[in-house]
Amino acid sequence: MDDQAKPQLAGDLAMWIFIYAELLVFGIFFIGYAFTRAYNIELFNAGQATLDKELGAFNTLVLITGSYCVVRAVTAIRQEQSPVCVRWLGAALASGLLFLIVKVFEYKDKLAAGYDLDSNLFFMFYFSLTFFHFMHVILGMVILGFVLLKTQRGGYSASEHRGLESAASYWHMVDLVWVVLFPLLYILK
Amino acid sequence: MQYQSQSVAKPYFIAAIGLFIGQILFGLVMGLQYVLGDFLFPTIPFNVARMVHTNLLIVWLLFGFMGAAYYLIPEEAERELESPMLAKLMFWIFLVAGSLTVLGYLLLPYAGLAKITGNALFPTMGREFLEQPTITKVGIVVVALAFLYNIGLTILKGRKTVVNIVLITGLIGLALMFLFSFYNPDNVVKDKFYWWWVVHLWVEGVWELILGSILAYVLIKTTGVDREVIEKWLYIIIAMTLITGIIGTGHHYYWIGTPDYWQWFGSVFSALEPIPFFIMVVFAFSVVNKRRREHPNKAAVLWALGTGVMAFLGAGVWGFLHTLAPVNYYTHGTQITAAHGHMSFYGAYVMIVLTIISYAMPLLRGRAAANSNKAQVVEMWGFWLMTVSMVFLTLFLTAAGILQIYLQRASDTPLPFIVVQEKIELFYWLREAVGVVFFIGLMVYVWSFFVKDEEGKSA
Repeated sequence: MDDQAKPQLAGDLAMWIFIYAELLVFGIFFIGYAFTRAYNIELFNAGQATLDKELGAFNTLVLITGSYCVVRAVTAIRQEQSPVCVRWLGAALASGLLFLIVKVFEYKDKLAAGYDLDSNLFFMFYFSLTFFHFMHVILGMVILGFVLLKTQRGGYSASEHRGLESAASYWHMVDLVWVVLFPLLYILK
Repeated sequence: MQYQSQSVAKPYFIAAIGLFIGQILFGLVMGLQYVLGDFLFPTIPFNVARMVHTNLLIVWLLFGFMGAAYYLIPEEAERELESPMLAKLMFWIFLVAGSLTVLGYLLLPYAGLAKITGNALFPTMGREFLEQPTITKVGIVVVALAFLYNIGLTILKGRKTVVNIVLITGLIGLALMFLFSFYNPDNVVKDKFYWWWVVHLWVEGVWELILGSILAYVLIKTTGVDREVIEKWLYIIIAMTLITGIIGTGHHYYWIGTPDYWQWFGSVFSALEPIPFFIMVVFAFSVVNKRRREHPNKAAVLWALGTGVMAFLGAGVWGFLHTLAPVNYYTHGTQITAAHGHMSFYGAYVMIVLTIISYAMPLLRGRAAANSNKAQVVEMWGFWLMTVSMVFLTLFLTAAGILQIYLQRASDTPLPFIVVQEKIELFYWLREAVGVVFFIGLMVYVWSFFVKDEEGKSA
């Protein structure tokens, strides 16, 4: 456990600046949501009641599972096991894909019920927050796919896997945002 | 100068500075018309002066960007420019077309210009900043395509660096976004909506890529810091620019008839637009602090650092001042906008073009690395005169704007626009005065090119 003796940043500093910038955007939106909700409690509660909590909870589990897979992938590469790493990255990608599919069904449902970005303040937040997050899941998957291919080509090793760590950190950020977003939109009363 | 074909940049830079002088002269005319409404009427009415002032700015910046690309791309790609002849030809086409257009603005009534140039066949005229006759717009596209072909092939056949890839991405974006100037729907909301795709996505999108890459290039050259370090900074700056700037377009969609959610999108994303500019300041200073050599061209380094700081102040801080929807509800279209416009264009784009000119011009004129000390001192005087007067110009317009907002929109007894304009006249006089100082600064800057060094050679 040499890593713990000498604390090191997992991944590239540039990626962390990027991650914090992303969190800042979401953070400002969350604060905006909190204030707007405080002034329109009834409207927001009514909107929230139309959301499918089970699907939301399921998707939360899916993303947390994805994060677990990414952790295992990083562990595998630290033990010089590229093929295992590739499999875990594949599993993480699959979890991302599952998340997207579930979300698409949720969107279809809401649009069919006549709600859209312009319906009211609650749905403005619901659609923009979840859709920005949706786009981030896609970006996260692109990044994971990129490092998966590189791992397959033997591009990472136990001593040099900074890029993989950067990708993993980004994917955790995507997960983290959802973990805040889910209770905020679906649960909090 | 490592490659012979880099020399095509020279006429571009000279034309840029020439048109810059014209732009400032028309700015002074307009500034005076703010307080003496009849000045030069009817020879040069206010609307014509304004059109010439803004159009010249855009055209000379484009000359500057093209000059910068022709200068730095051969060096980055490590080969001669694909076709120096084409670059020279395009220079003359662009200069003649630009001059004819400005003469058209000045000598003909605008409606007459529209008629002669066949605007009725394909109407694109009559919109702020896109006033050019359709035929001029087509000319701009032709020049842009030839230019992109020329530098694109140079890069494709040569070394690809982050600097030249980012630069050409920005330049391709510039050309693509300009195509929206041909879309001119009858619906005014739609018209404005896409009009901003040219105007906003230029200055708060693709132009920032051009700015970032030119700055990175000059810093690599003058500081000797590792390319890898500088490239990483450039990546972060670009990512932040695009994350914040693209959806940040929403800050123009608050009151034009678009859906309400734009007030949220615009506010949140554009509130973060100062971040890439802030990173640019940190970038410029940290790279200069880590410099591995003392480059003899001190003036170029000063311009580079100045660009970082002034772009952050003008685009970042002054933009943030009025970008949130609840604030913009009051400030929209007041002198606050003018204050922001002046300092951001100067800080970001004027200064980056002057940075690359400062770095490249001595080399283009056959100096070893830099102008004589004497010439550099004069150039730095130009820097400080222009920069400080621009700071004051911005402050005076901001003061005028705050008063205007209060008297016209926020007080319990709001006054009509034109009454308010008379009440804030003092600030317009002050603006004109510092405008004159700016012009003197520009003249000092131009003079620095003609300063003779110790041996009596012109610098």
